[in-house]
Amino acid sequence: MQRVYLDNNATTPLLPEVFEAMRPYFGEQFGNASSIHHHGQNTRAAVENARESVAALLGCAASEIVFTSGGTESDNLAIAGLVKSGDHVITSGIEHHAVLHAVNHLEEIGCEITVLPVDERCLVDPEDVKRALRPNTKLVTIMMANNETGVLQAVEEIGKVAAEAGILFHTDAVQAAGKVAIDVKRIGCQALSISGHKLHGPQGTGALYVKKATHLQPLFHGGRHERSRRAGTENVPGIVGLGQAAKLAKDGLDNGATEKLAVMRDGLERRVLEQIEDAHVNGTCAPRVPNTTNIRFGHIEGEALVIALDLKGLAVSTGAACSSGAIEPSHVLIAMGLRPDQARGSIRFSLGKQTAEADVDFALSLIPSTVSRLRDLSPTYDKKAVTT
Amino acid sequence: MSGGVDSSTVAAMLRAQGHNVIGLTMQLWNQRRLAGREGMPESVQGRCCSLDDVYDARRVAQQIGIPYYVVNHEESFEREVVRPFVEEYLSGRTPIPCSLCNNHLKFEQLHLVARQIGAERVATGHYARVSFCEQTQRWLLKRPADRSKDQTYFLFGLTQEQLSRTLFPLGDMTKPEVRESARQHGLALAEKPDSQEICFVPGGDYKRFIDAYLAEQRDALPDTAGELVTTNGEAIGEHTGIHNFTVGQRKGLGLATGSPLYVIQISGANKQVIVGGDEHLYSRKLRARRVNLISVDDLHEPMRVSVKIRHRHEPAPAVIAKAGSDEIVVTFDEPQRAITPGQSAVFYDGDIVVGGGWIA
Repeated sequence: MQRVYLDNNATTPLLPEVFEAMRPYFGEQFGNASSIHHHGQNTRAAVENARESVAALLGCAASEIVFTSGGTESDNLAIAGLVKSGDHVITSGIEHHAVLHAVNHLEEIGCEITVLPVDERCLVDPEDVKRALRPNTKLVTIMMANNETGVLQAVEEIGKVAAEAGILFHTDAVQAAGKVAIDVKRIGCQALSISGHKLHGPQGTGALYVKKATHLQPLFHGGRHERSRRAGTENVPGIVGLGQAAKLAKDGLDNGATEKLAVMRDGLERRVLEQIEDAHVNGTCAPRVPNTTNIRFGHIEGEALVIALDLKGLAVSTGAACSSGAIEPSHVLIAMGLRPDQARGSIRFSLGKQTAEADVDFALSLIPSTVSRLRDLSPTYDKKAVTT
Repeated sequence: MSGGVDSSTVAAMLRAQGHNVIGLTMQLWNQRRLAGREGMPESVQGRCCSLDDVYDARRVAQQIGIPYYVVNHEESFEREVVRPFVEEYLSGRTPIPCSLCNNHLKFEQLHLVARQIGAERVATGHYARVSFCEQTQRWLLKRPADRSKDQTYFLFGLTQEQLSRTLFPLGDMTKPEVRESARQHGLALAEKPDSQEICFVPGGDYKRFIDAYLAEQRDALPDTAGELVTTNGEAIGEHTGIHNFTVGQRKGLGLATGSPLYVIQISGANKQVIVGGDEHLYSRKLRARRVNLISVDDLHEPMRVSVKIRHRHEPAPAVIAKAGSDEIVVTFDEPQRAITPGQSAVFYDGDIVVGGGWIA
């Protein structure tokens, strides 16, 4: 059966070049990067090369990169590492759970929390950040790109607010890295999270940018790895893969590959809206990353649509999977003001470097007929005028 | 697929027969939701819809090589099953949530999902049989080979349309045969114990569940306390709330009398619990509401059947007669003990389910 994968915001396939770069470090290049001998020196060099590639993607110094096990650890390290009991932290309601739940946990250790709303475009108002400031505000953590809508926040504006207030700014850039240019200096952040497997690198890898001279408490206690910011023997194959993926991501940004992705995404979006009535893009009035579109279909259960499409070979997603694997309505779409039924009727399509026009054609060969079949079975569909 | 032996075996059997099988688990209730509240147990291990059961179902699907999905029906389960369950108790009836769940979730919702995703039939691990009668041109629901596992009592609400799309592959098998089949298919859960009680009420302690649910909903527990009254109308004591009682109950009345007293009737309107001697528990008539008929399209004249009035009740000979558009009056040959409002009455013609309704 033909299978097309349009769920690249969940994870991306590992690029062959990345796999090739990693391969020696599963075999002959096995040294512990902290060892003083030949074997250690070789893997240390590989780790530091990767660090430079990641730094180049983010516009920072290599010494400002901490390797982690992924986006979730990077977010937790930044949040737990930058605040202490009694501090006030500002975040937004559309953050990934890696941020939202980490921030909620801070309440238990005596921090104060403000969760800012977003407007119907999925945007945080930087003025809201300013208004939320308190004398004990220590950190604002607001994502760069949203995983469900792809909407890009005004991080530079938020960075300015933070700088004027003299507070720290962390941004979760997991869904932005490799899709839009990132320059930590322009953003003005002290910490920024990325994940390897969202940019065609390996799962279980990530990095946190921590600005020089920023005091960060480690999550793990142990050896003095990663300049005492992340104890534990380095995952050398993973780090090498992340470095290679970062290098290829930067190439893609420099050579126009991301613009081509946007053209393909826009084509998918336009054709879906043309062919299916009562379909709307969530977050269309805000700047977005080039690979994501989140489309709301009236009178549709997104869960059933995702299953029906999967059984025909198209992988897309809706909402967030809870621990059982069942779907819960997206907290992001609810925060944007959608009703629960609208949130449940929304589907995320996310493209990757491997996506071809033929994949979009395949998707278009399935989506309209499947939506139409589901609507025929919907108890609410025919009762409503379909001209909205 | 609940993650139990029955539905897992059904999936394995159908797959082995060469059907194109899709595994679905309905996520109906979050067992962690009320954990620890109002004395509810903290631990929710081994409960329905627990992560363990979803894990088991998913592992079976992976083992037999079928696509598998968990579909979230928590909202409709709460609306169609949990709320009515609580409301029935608070109004003095003894509800039977499994029938509501079968009607509204397992058959309405699951059949809808099946059609949405392009499946032709829905197979479940219920112990029941379904067949088509050429003579009457109707789909029939019948009792299964394993009478001790008979679940037809909970399935009386099935429509012709639903039955026409339903497969009950275990209908001709006994439970030991099902376990043997599970073993032969190499299913690791072949020895998993059967689930017993109401799936969302841990330990069967429904009073605690109602307390916890109402506390969570921030409704104070409606005050259903009132008088204990004899069958002669004489008030002989007080009770803590009508939801603590069920018809036929003897223990927990807090009365010291010479002869044993039982709950005869619960009056939701004036919060009275009427108690009396065992002889008052017997009655020959009941009225069934919201009746669904299966083997016949209508009841044109009275019909001789056997009627089952609770899950563990041997069907008793009776005559059923129409008493309104969806009401039926049941007249038993012999008086029956503790006919309980809120339970269902299911009518059998031998093995065939004629239909059923809710006891008024």
